[in-house]
Amino acid sequence: MDRIEGLLEKYLEASTSIAEEKELRAFFSQESIPARLEQYAPMFQYFSLAKTERFTKQVPLKTKRINFKWVSVAAVAVLVFGMYFGNEYQKQKEIDYAYNETKKALSLLADNFNRGTEKVAYLNEFENTKQKIYNNN
Amino acid sequence: MKQSEFLNVVMPFKDKLFRLAKRLLVSTEEAEDATQEILMKLWDKNDRISNYKNVEAFAMTMTKNFCLDRLKSKQASNLKLVHSNYGDENSSLQNQVEANDSVNWVQKIMEELPEQQKMVLQLRDVEEYDFEEIGELLNMQPTAIRVTLSRARKAVREKLMQKHRYGIG
Repeated sequence: MDRIEGLLEKYLEASTSIAEEKELRAFFSQESIPARLEQYAPMFQYFSLAKTERFTKQVPLKTKRINFKWVSVAAVAVLVFGMYFGNEYQKQKEIDYAYNETKKALSLLADNFNRGTEKVAYLNEFENTKQKIYNNN
Repeated sequence: MKQSEFLNVVMPFKDKLFRLAKRLLVSTEEAEDATQEILMKLWDKNDRISNYKNVEAFAMTMTKNFCLDRLKSKQASNLKLVHSNYGDENSSLQNQVEANDSVNWVQKIMEELPEQQKMVLQLRDVEEYDFEEIGELLNMQPTAIRVTLSRARKAVREKLMQKHRYGIG
C-alpha cells in the first residue's frame, strides 16, 4: 500500500515510468480499493475506459485520380509515332508515283525506239538491192 | 500502395487518432469527421507514406493540427463546437461511463483543461506514449512535458476531490 502511495506521489509529479503507471491502473481497476485511496480510482478507471473507444466509421477511399502527367506523355508518344509513320506513308506514295511516271516515260521511249527500228528495217532493202547489183556484175 | 496495404498500416492507430480528435473536439461526430478527413488525406499521400519513418506519429501530428485549426476557426467565427453525444445509446463507452458517475466526471474535468494539458494527458495516460514521442508530436521539450503533465494530473485530482467532497453524483 505504501508503494502505491509512493507511486501516486511520483505520478502527480509526472516522474513515474510507463510501467509504474500501468501498475497504478492495474491497482485501481480491481474491486476492493482501500477507502483512503478510493478518490483516485475514477481517474485511472477513466483512462483505461477511454482507451477502449473505437473509431467505427467507414472511410471512403476513392481510387487514385488519373495521373495527367503520364497521360500527356502517352499523347506525345502517339503524336510522334503518327508523324513518323505518316511521313513514311507519304514518302512511299511519292516513290510509287515517281516509279509509275518513270515507267510511263520509259515505255514511251521504248515505243519510239521500236518505231525507229521499223524504219531502219527499210535500210535492209538497200543492202539487198546493193547485194543483187554486185552479184549481177 | 494498395488499399489493403494502406488499411493495414492505418488500422493499428486509427482509434488513437479518433480518441485524440475527440479529446480536443469533444463531439463524437466532429471527431469522426476529423478522423475521416485525416485518413483520406493520408490516402492521398499514400505513395509517399513509405518515406515517413513513423506514420503513426505523422498521422497524430496531422490530427492535432487539424483539430486545433478547427477549434480556432470555430472560435474566430464565434461558434461553439456543439456536441450532442449526451445520450448516445450505441456507444458502449457512454453506457459504461454513465454507469459510473465519478468516472464520467473525469471526462468532464478533462474537457475543462487547457488544450495543451488535454493533449499531454491523453497521449500519456490514455495512449501510454513516452515523453520522446509526445515531444515529437507536440513539439515540446521533455521538461515542459513533465511540467504540463504534472499540472494536468494535479488539476484533475483537485477537481475530482472537490466533487468527491461535495458528494456530487
